[in-house]
Formats: sequence, structure tokens, C-alpha cells
Amino acid sequence: MSPTGSGELQPQFMGDLATLPPHAHGNRSLTWWGMMGMIAIEGTAFVLAVATYFYLANQSPDWPPDALLPELLPGILFTALLLVSVIPNVWLQRVAEAEKPQPVRIALVVMSLFGAALVVIRYFEFPALLVTWDRSAYGSILVTLLGLHTVHLVTDLIDTLVLTVLMMTGHGKGRRFVDVAENAIYWNFVVITWIPIYLVVYFAARWL
Amino acid sequence: MTLDTVNRPRDGEWLDEVATRARLDATWGDAPGLWGALTTVDHKRVAHRYLITAFAFFVAGGLVALLMRVQLSHADEHVVGPDLYNQLFTMHGSTMMFLFAVPVMEAVAIYLVPLMVGTRGIAFPRLTAFSYWIYVAGGILLWVAFALNIGPDAGWFAYTPLSGPQYSAGKRVDMWAQMITYTELSGLAVAISIIGTILKQRAPGMSLNRMPLFVWSMLVMSLMILFAMPAVMLASTFLLMDRLVGTHFYNAAEGGDALLWQHLFWFFGHPEVYIIFIPALGIVSSVVSTFARRSIFAYPLMVLALIGIGFLAFGLWVHHMFATGLPRLGNSFYTAASMVIAVPSGVQIFCWIATLWAGRPRFSTPLLFVIGFVIVFVLGGLTGVMLASVPLDLQLHDTYFVVAHFHYVLIGGAVFPLFAGLYFWFPKLTGRMLSERLGHWNFWVLFIGFNLTFFPMHYLGLAGMPRRIYTYAEGLGWDTLNSIATVGAFLIALSVLMALINMIVSARNGPVAGANPWGAPTLEWATPSPPPSYNFAHIPLVSGDNPMWEHRERLQVLRGLRLDKRELVLTSALDATADVRDPSARPSIWPLLAAIAVSGLFLGSIFTPWAVVIGAVPATIALIAWFWPKDPPAENEEDDEI
Amino acid sequence: MAESVITPALHSALAPAGAHAQHIDSMWQLMLWVCSAMYLLVILFLIAALIRRRRGEGSDGTRGLSRTLAAWTALIAIGLFTLTVASYLTDRALVHAAPEPQVSVLVTAHQWWWNIEYVSGDPSERIRTANELHVPVNAQVHIELASHDVIHSFWLPNLNGKRDLIPGRTSEISLQPQATGVYRGFCAEFCGAQHAKMNFELIVDSPQDFESWREHQLSMGVAPADELARQGQRLFMSTACSLCHAIAGTDAAATTGPDLTHVGSRRMIASGTLPNTDANMRAWIENPQRIKPGSQMPVVSLSPENLDALVAYLRVLQ
Repeated sequence: MSPTGSGELQPQFMGDLATLPPHAHGNRSLTWWGMMGMIAIEGTAFVLAVATYFYLANQSPDWPPDALLPELLPGILFTALLLVSVIPNVWLQRVAEAEKPQPVRIALVVMSLFGAALVVIRYFEFPALLVTWDRSAYGSILVTLLGLHTVHLVTDLIDTLVLTVLMMTGHGKGRRFVDVAENAIYWNFVVITWIPIYLVVYFAARWL
Repeated sequence: MTLDTVNRPRDGEWLDEVATRARLDATWGDAPGLWGALTTVDHKRVAHRYLITAFAFFVAGGLVALLMRVQLSHADEHVVGPDLYNQLFTMHGSTMMFLFAVPVMEAVAIYLVPLMVGTRGIAFPRLTAFSYWIYVAGGILLWVAFALNIGPDAGWFAYTPLSGPQYSAGKRVDMWAQMITYTELSGLAVAISIIGTILKQRAPGMSLNRMPLFVWSMLVMSLMILFAMPAVMLASTFLLMDRLVGTHFYNAAEGGDALLWQHLFWFFGHPEVYIIFIPALGIVSSVVSTFARRSIFAYPLMVLALIGIGFLAFGLWVHHMFATGLPRLGNSFYTAASMVIAVPSGVQIFCWIATLWAGRPRFSTPLLFVIGFVIVFVLGGLTGVMLASVPLDLQLHDTYFVVAHFHYVLIGGAVFPLFAGLYFWFPKLTGRMLSERLGHWNFWVLFIGFNLTFFPMHYLGLAGMPRRIYTYAEGLGWDTLNSIATVGAFLIALSVLMALINMIVSARNGPVAGANPWGAPTLEWATPSPPPSYNFAHIPLVSGDNPMWEHRERLQVLRGLRLDKRELVLTSALDATADVRDPSARPSIWPLLAAIAVSGLFLGSIFTPWAVVIGAVPATIALIAWFWPKDPPAENEEDDEI
Repeated sequence: MAESVITPALHSALAPAGAHAQHIDSMWQLMLWVCSAMYLLVILFLIAALIRRRRGEGSDGTRGLSRTLAAWTALIAIGLFTLTVASYLTDRALVHAAPEPQVSVLVTAHQWWWNIEYVSGDPSERIRTANELHVPVNAQVHIELASHDVIHSFWLPNLNGKRDLIPGRTSEISLQPQATGVYRGFCAEFCGAQHAKMNFELIVDSPQDFESWREHQLSMGVAPADELARQGQRLFMSTACSLCHAIAGTDAAATTGPDLTHVGSRRMIASGTLPNTDANMRAWIENPQRIKPGSQMPVVSLSPENLDALVAYLRVLQ
């Protein structure tokens, strides 16, 4: 006989879920998997954009067509600062997973400052490309590659800022540490994807 | 550790079932009326609206096709002129592919996956709710544009440079390209939810090798979406940029390439058809197993076949481009790859028939549609093998032979299974059975109508009839078969009408369905029909791959989840051992508001690039509000909320 | 000449009339047989599974099914392998089918007509025509394909598979017709408003007929003899016509639209849309937008007498 007369089966209790923890880090959290999904999507977009660059370069007898090659300085500055930012980021991930509020707050402020500085440098990278997106297909893909990465940079900065505010305003408990740790992992993605894009944007045309 | 069961009530044998369910319903239910509808994150309610919307687009896309068929029924007809016809076939293809086929499969996943894996809600429920609003916004954009005579007219595939700024003036193609952005964003969001649900929220004990084939197919579909949809989003964004801000991705005169579009589009486009087809295979497995009254034969091979198809689908796209003059050796590789994908498909067909052979088939309507699927889809798959050959494809490409092929595989491979799924799961969704008698009529009219419409097209293609022509001359010998095809099209429409009538009448007056009217093996049938907001009163414990057949008297469950807040259990990805108690998001208006903001951004960016910058502000605010924690944090760890 | 009944053109891949189409037809036959056999097996298996008698609850037969599955998979693999190899061999045959072209043509696709130029070593032997190709039977023909605007596709079903014409690239196709006759060709890639009416004809002549056609094409446009035709010529040169169309031997030299030097002797007009009769020619000039809405040819308002004159002149241009 079913409990509500609808044809369901009677339950037979076999175990207890109450003792399970209310949150966990890394791939034990749903957030991690959602973020991995985002990384898959954005990673694919980056791979295809880089593939587009090489496809167009291959089609063209003259690449870049009459354009000057990008100036290197802003890109070097950006890349150097980005690589340095990995250090506080790794620290942030560690203290977030250890759930220590004060170190997390400090690290988040540091990462916010790094992020803001990087966005400023990035602003100067666009003119350093020495080509506009409507000049040629070369210009179009170059600006797009830099632009795609910039979108990720900016969104992660905003995410970092929001988390900083949350941690400062008394929301720094439990699951928030998971969000902070995941955001730190995402920052690593921003760094890792920059390396091939940096090489393509600034050097591929020199070396091809 | 003692549990405070007074202040933090949990489910278990100490509470009686009726009280448990009442509390769960209070926790998991929505506010009444419009506010509840706008804020709901209940996957079943979101799926309902997806299903209804997708069906509406199916009908709209079908009506457009009827008009096309009338125009083509005789030579030199003047029912519609070339401009309207070109919009019609663009709307037909775009609606069917972007607004019906993928969304409906996602809807089926959104509804059934949480139920089938034994959890209370979908992962990232607000994201799922958001995705619906984005989807419907994109669909409305396309159809409003069509109604205002600025509908796209460059085909659902919009090849450049025809679709570029020089040869498609105005906003028509922009409407189409931006619709892509909406629908692909929506699809990607749903894919993430489905993957999260399948990998982390399965009931304890449902290890991967006990997961129903339906769930496997939804997992493969969702993973494919993650890697395929970015390609078309990139392609359409490049197109929008070429048209709006003067970039040169597709402009050969400035170093771009018309074929770049084709590569990017088909890199998405080929997996896209498998994204549509693979979930249908999951439906077929569910129906065959239930109506053969037996597990699917060779389960491990079926899983490998699904995964194999998922991978191989990404290696075939150039077979859409054999006529473009690419190097011959490269083309031959794609011939071989396109042939190879027939192997896992062939294995699956065998296994389903073998299941029927070894089982005891019951010829209810769902099984009839599956039989129709085998007959129709396999024929389409074989014409696909024909098209895989480069020399033969060079004759058949862009002719009505291809139109026949893809309708056989899409209608055979997706629509027939969808009808099977409709008749199978309608009782679960509504608590009522559909009429079997009308169902049988539905099947036969569709089967006959479909073959009458599309079989003659194989011959028409060989006899020289190209695709996408609004008319043809007298004396070519194409008239009779075209007229027959038009008659068939109206029969298809009749069958859809029959299904609609069946649904409407049966929802009110059909025989009442219990929890498991078909005696099916999977967990969704353990819930009442329709399921309550919380799906399961207690989380099931799974010990085999056909839970409802293994325990016919009592359902093994686990106690301990909170009754007064939305809580579900996360399990490990491979073995599904219970790991973490996770809160599930409560209803929220922010998915809708964020969707409105994002829609505004997309819509504005059709007209000016500044919309991206300006629109980013409300979108960012909405997203921050969405993720901002709602409750003040409490001292006790166990009470932590989102 | 054009008033007589037009011989219907052939247009089917199922009636191969050229070396390339013959090879493809063999592939088609093989495919048809193999795929039909596979399909039959599937259907028979399905029917058997549904209607077979089952002996009691325990009767399962899964061991036999496993072996059958292995055999089935092997059969599919062998079948597909065979078809892949046959496809590859057919492709090689196509590549080698017309190795030494005797006739070279450059076809440039426009929205929505075909520009045709015969290429030869001697620049004075240049032939430019539109929408109607002539080749001698059994000749190896090499066609270079280009596009003036969007992607089109050149398809003669009786002769060979199709080839796309893509702006910014050239592609090529070979033909070797094996029977005289008239063959209809289609544009087979959606190219905009009048994709449906962008057809052309291939006329396979005997070698002598081809030579006389070729010689004739090299000649200038015939000068009008009677007054009506002369009036037509004057109109042609003074109204919009000469802005787009060329007639060799006159001042009209624009290449925006089809060359009309020998338009009077073509079988069809408006890119394979209408038989080339005086009535059709008149209707076309009077209102091209009614016959091919969206086409590039504008409506030029002309009095009935002027229309008659123009038609008379164009008819002179044999």
C-alpha cells in the first residue's frame, strides 16, 4: 500500500545522510564542476579563435598585410605582471581551502589590486597592436583575440571584487570560501590562456 | 553527535509520510500565481515551459514548411515570390534547428534527468531558469523580425559572403546572427546544469555503470554542447562584427575568407545534429527497455557507442564542404570518418532490436514510434553513407537528395523518438494517460505522411532538382513527385494536430496514471504522477541498474536531509558515494531580471557596438544581485545558506 | 529559328552522358546495392524480433545474440571499408579522367547569370558569351571557375558532380561529354533572390558543328539590315542597355551583364529561364523584374514600337 495511494512504493530506510558535511572544496563541490564547464566553453572559443588566426595567416600570401607588427612593451609588462600574480593567487587558493578569513581577505585585496593594474595595462595594449580591427582580416583577428582575453580578465576582476566585498562584510563563512577558491582557480585559467594568445598576438607573425 | 531534530527537522522513519511530504512541499514549492511562475527554479516547471515553447516553434516552423510545399507543388507557382520564399526556408531551418530541436531535447533532459538520477532538483537551478528566458527571447526576436518583414533570408546556415554586409543589406541577417547568440547561450547554460546534475547529484549507489542509458545520452549531449556551440557563437559574432563594425573575417578582398565561415559553422553544425540525435537515442533506450520488459542488450557497448558517436561527430564537418575545392586527400579522410560513425550507430540499432528479440514486446504507442524510428532513421543513415563518398556527394550535394537524407535522420532519428517519449512520459508529467487509439492513428498518419513527403525527394535530387529554389520550370519532370510530397506534408501536419488534440483532451479526461503505469525500471517512476515539487520524499539508494525492477515492494532510501530548507546530496562522480549535503537555490527573480538585461544587451548590439558596453552595466548588476547571498550568515556552520 | 519547339534538355545524374558522370554512376550503383542489402537485413531482423514466438519466460537467446552482434559489426565494417575504398578509387578515376584538355573555358558566376569565356593561346581568339556552353563530343574540357560576388555552384548532372565558385578563389572542373545533345545546368549553391533561375545549358556538338559555332562566335555582331532592326540598334546604344551589355563590333563594351553579340542564336534567355522566342525576349526586356524579381536588370520603360525594334535587333544578332 503506497503512502499516498498513488502507486508509489513504501520506503525502506537504509542509511543516514545527516552526518555529511554541508560544503566541500575542489571537485567535491558543484561550483567546481560549473567552473570546469565554463573553462571548457571558453577554452574552446580560444582554441577556435587561435585556429582562425592561423587559418587566415595560411590563406594570405602577405601576413600581416602592410601592417606594422605590434609594439612589444605593453605586452611584456602585462605578461610579467600576470605571471607574478600567480604567486598571491596560489596563496589565496590555499588559504581559502583552509578557510582562514583574515588571510583570505588580505589575499583578495592583493588580487583585486593586481587585477585592476592588469586591466589598466591591457588598455594600453590595444593601441600597441598598431592595427585596427577594420583595417584587414589580420587586424580583425588580432583585436578579437586580445578582446576575448580582456573579457575574461574583466569578468574575473569583477568577480574578485565582489568576493572581496562579501568577505569584508561578514559573509565570510563556509560556502563563500569555496567560491573564493574556485575564483582563484579561474584566475589560473586566465593566466594559462594568456600564454598562447600572447605568443600568437605578438610573435606568430614575426616567426611565420 | 546528536541531531537537533526539533529545530532542524530531517526526513526519516520517525516522521510519518504525510507530514514529511507536507513539510517538503512547503520548502520546495513555489509562491502562488504569477510571482511563483516568474521566480520558480523548479526544474519541472521550467521544463514544462521549454516543452510548450519548443512545441509552439515546431508548429510555426512546420506551417512555414507547408507554405513552401504548396509553392513547390507545381512548376512556376506564384503562391509566394522569391523574397518571401527565401525567408520561409530560412525561418523553417532556423526555427527547427535552433528553436525546436535542441531546446526540446534540453527540455526533456531538464525534466527527466533529476528524476532519473534520484535527486530533488537540477544543479544550478537559477541558471536553468535564466536559460529559458534567454531562449524564448531569441525565438521571439527571430519571429518578430519575420513578422516585420526584416526576417533573415540567407538560409539557416547563412553562408558568407551572401550573408555579409555587401550582399545582405539591412538588419535581416543580424537578426538571425543574434538569435544564435541567445539560443547558444541558453543551450550552454543548460548543458552545464545537466552535467552538474549527472556527475554530482546522482542518488547514492548509482555508479556510472548503473546509470540509465538515457542519462548517459544526456551527458554526452551536454558535453558535446560545451565544445560545439562556441564555434557557432564565434562564427556568428565574427559575422555581426563584419556587418556592424567593418571587420574583415569573411572578406576575401582584405585577407579574410568566405570558407572560414563554413569551417566554423560546420565545426558546430555537424556535432549539432548529433546533439539532437543522441538524446533521442536515450529516449529510445528507455522505451525499448520498458516495452521489451528487459534491460537493453549489451549496456557497456551501448555506452561506448554513445561516447564514440560523441567524439567522432567532431571529426566529420568537412563532408559539408566537399564541393568547395579543398585538397582531395583531406576530403578522403572525411569520407572515411563519416563512414566510421556508422559503426557505433549500427551497433546501437542491433542492440535495440536484440533487446526486443530477447524480451517480450508490448505494442503500445511508444514502441510503435520506436519501430518507426528504426525504419526511418536507418534509411536516412544509409543515405548518409552514400553522401559520405566524395564523388557521389558531388552529384548529390545541395540537391533534394540531401533534403531527403536529413529529414529521414532528423525526423526519423529525433521526432519519432520524441513522439515515443511523449506517449511514454506524458503520464508522468500530467498524471493522465494519452489515448492509445489516437496514438496509433497518430503514428500511422505520421509514418505514411512522412514517407510520402520525403521519399520522392531522393529521386528528385538525382533528377537534378537543387535545394533552396523558390520555383522550377515546366517540363523538367519534377511536378508529380513534388505534388505527392506536398500531400504528404499535409498528412504530417494532420498527425501533429492529432498529437495536440490527444494531449489537450487527455490532460483533462485521460485515464488517471499512477506512479508507474508502464512498469518501467527507472527512478522517475518511483515518484507520483505528476511528481511533487521535491521529487522524492527520501533520497533513493540505488543498488542496480533497474531500480524499479529490483525492488518491486519497497524502495530503498536514505534518511537525514533537512525538511525545512532545500537540501540535496552530492555524490562522487564515478561511484556515487554520498559525499556532501548541498543547499539548492531558492526561487529568485534575478534569473529573469538578468535575462532581461542580457537580452537588452544582445538586442542593442544589433544596432550599435556601444550596446555591449552600456548593456554590460545592468547585466553585471543583475548577475551580482543573483549571486549575492540572501540570508545573514548564522554562527552555526550547519545553517549556512546561499 | 527560336520559334520552333525547343529540344528538352537533359538534367539527371541518373543518365550519365560524360566520363566523369559514368564513374560516379558506378559508385552510385554500388552504394545502392550495398545499402539496400544492409537495410533489408535490418528490417528483416526487426520484423523477426517483433513477431518471433517466445518459449516461456526463461528463453533469452543472448549468447546467440552476442555472436550475431559480432558478425553484424564485422559486416558493417567490411561493407563500409569496401565503400570507402570504392569511393577513393572513383575519386582517383575522376582526377585522371580528362588529363589533356582540348577545350579550356573560364566560367565566372554572377548573381544570377553565367559569364563564359573560351580561353586560347591567341588573344584575338577570345570568345565571350553567357549562359550557354558549347563543346565538341568526346573532347576533354577544362573549366576554370570563379565568382564575381557570392558563392555559387556549377552543376551539370549528366556530366559530372558540382563545383562551388567562391569569391577570392578559383576552382576547376573537367568534363568529357560522350554523347551529343543539350544538357541543362544549375546553380547549386543558394546565392540570393534568383538562385532558382540561374540555370545554363551545355550543348554538345559534333566536332564540325562545334568548329563552326566557334568560328561564328569569333565574328562581330551582325549589322542590322532592315530599318526596324537599325532603330533597335540605335535604341540599344542610347538607352540603358549599353551600360551593362556588350556587342562586339559596336561601341557597347560593358561587361556588367551578359555579352549579347550572338544572343539571337541562343536557345534560352535570362540564364536558362525562358526559351529564346521573340515573345519571351520582348516580355523579358519589358519587365525583367516580373520574370526574375530581384535580378540586376532594371525595368526601362519603353514604348511598344521601341520594344519591337529592340527585339528585332537582338534577333539579328545570331
